[in-house]
Amino acid sequence: MHPAVSVVFFTTATGAGYGLLALLGTLGGLGYIPADFWLGFIGMGLALGLIAAGLLSSTGHLGRPERAWRAFSQWRSSWLSREGVASVATFVPACMFGIGWVFLGRNGSWVAAAGLVAAAGAVVTVCTTGMIYASLKPIAQWHSRYTLPAYLIFAAMTGSVLANALLQGFKLGSTAVLLAALLATLAGWAWKLATWRYNDRLEIPTTPNTATGLVGGTVRSIEWPHTEENYLLKEMGFRIARKHSAKLRRIAQALAFAGPAILLAMVFFLPWPLGAIASVLAAVAQLAGMLVERWLYFAEAKHTVTLYYGRQ
Amino acid sequence: MTCLPARTEKKLGLVIDLDTCVGCQACVTACKEWNTGGHMAPLTDIDPYGGHVDGVWFNRVHSYEHTTELGGRTVNFPRSCLHCEQPACVTVCPTGASYKRASDGIVLVDEDKCIGCKLCSWACPYGAREFDTDVGVMKKCTLCVDRIYNDNLAVEDRVPACVAACPTSARHFGDLGDPASAISQLVEERGGVALMPELGYKPTNRYLPPRARSERAAKVDAPALEPIRAEGGFLGWIDRMLSN
Repeated sequence: MHPAVSVVFFTTATGAGYGLLALLGTLGGLGYIPADFWLGFIGMGLALGLIAAGLLSSTGHLGRPERAWRAFSQWRSSWLSREGVASVATFVPACMFGIGWVFLGRNGSWVAAAGLVAAAGAVVTVCTTGMIYASLKPIAQWHSRYTLPAYLIFAAMTGSVLANALLQGFKLGSTAVLLAALLATLAGWAWKLATWRYNDRLEIPTTPNTATGLVGGTVRSIEWPHTEENYLLKEMGFRIARKHSAKLRRIAQALAFAGPAILLAMVFFLPWPLGAIASVLAAVAQLAGMLVERWLYFAEAKHTVTLYYGRQ
Repeated sequence: MTCLPARTEKKLGLVIDLDTCVGCQACVTACKEWNTGGHMAPLTDIDPYGGHVDGVWFNRVHSYEHTTELGGRTVNFPRSCLHCEQPACVTVCPTGASYKRASDGIVLVDEDKCIGCKLCSWACPYGAREFDTDVGVMKKCTLCVDRIYNDNLAVEDRVPACVAACPTSARHFGDLGDPASAISQLVEERGGVALMPELGYKPTNRYLPPRARSERAAKVDAPALEPIRAEGGFLGWIDRMLSN
């Protein structure tokens, strides 16, 4: 699949934004994080900013962005429509929580309720994003039981690493949040390795034989219907060399998982401000690594239409 | 609404005979000609006379070499929308632009509602949908919905343009939901198959596999030519002189 920059950025940014929103909504609302104006302002600004930037970026992928409002209508059948509805609906409790926690400096009662509803909305939205990909049968690497948990784990991972950087930066570092960020990063790494292992061994039942209905033997493409790349090949025929994909997998692992895990482990022993610097570095490296991971997620996904063009 | 109808009154579709298709591309050009002025018009061409030609087509003909233990053969393979009974391209549509008609099962796009998110083309395993980068909306085969019910055309012309154009009658149109229809009988008789049945899209269109090899075909190699002997005598002398 063609890794469109707008969609690669969208899934990375909104995942991190919803992860951070869920954590701030829960921990802030219940009073585990004090209602400090600048902490809340930057934290909620970052969460909602990442979400809004991601959503805006995804509309850049549309052929007719001025009609984007129509996408809220088909929630009964379409995961993309459900994602649209859930993402916009989540803004309501998120903004209520932001007003109460950041501007009024309160937690508990209705602020806690708004924070918890916003956290639930964030989880639901990330699930709908994951299901858009997990429901696509023509792409075997996505239509697997690894896809939906991956979206949730990566949102929790990037969100908790951001939350830790934020708290450390405000000298409010919490061992529990730091430990959660480290464990989530290790969980994300393990899940990605398991996904790659599964995909590399995948035996796809759809073949050039079933695609053409020709039984037995081999089916070899000898002539394409066109000489230049068409929409199908540009959008779904993206190929990546095996050596490049191996190198990018190493880069993604170093930036998204290994590097942040080492930095976060160091934070346990570092005094302020070194611990804060290491926490922020971990968050920045992880987001960069997740962009590489998400680019690969598209580049390595193979669509069945490529079988018609003799690509297996 | 992008929810699918529980059942459709008819299942209009195509049956394509891979035995008789000669890969002449007449269906491809007839489709382009009709539809660039039809329901989903225009079928935009990008840079048609330049080095990187691109554009929207509803019907593309591939050529394959199918090799089995009985030998190899060339199979020309027209590929277009199969008007599936379970079209995920419709259910993934967030705007309701894509729909499957309850009356005849044709899958269509309402271009005025399409936002060009391209998700339907990702959801189609067959590559039936092509995005028009010029207009910013998705386009697809309409089964010539503007021909098959068109009272202004002669009755025999009320078939999709690709079917009307095929010089070898490799393309057939009809109601595949009616077991008594001529097209269903043809599928029954020739063992027509659905493409990628394992994905569960339940395509309406069927492909008739190439017929088994006939016993009547020549099976023996032609006898080897006799080795050329040097000609003797006067003619041989002339041959040698002229060959020098």
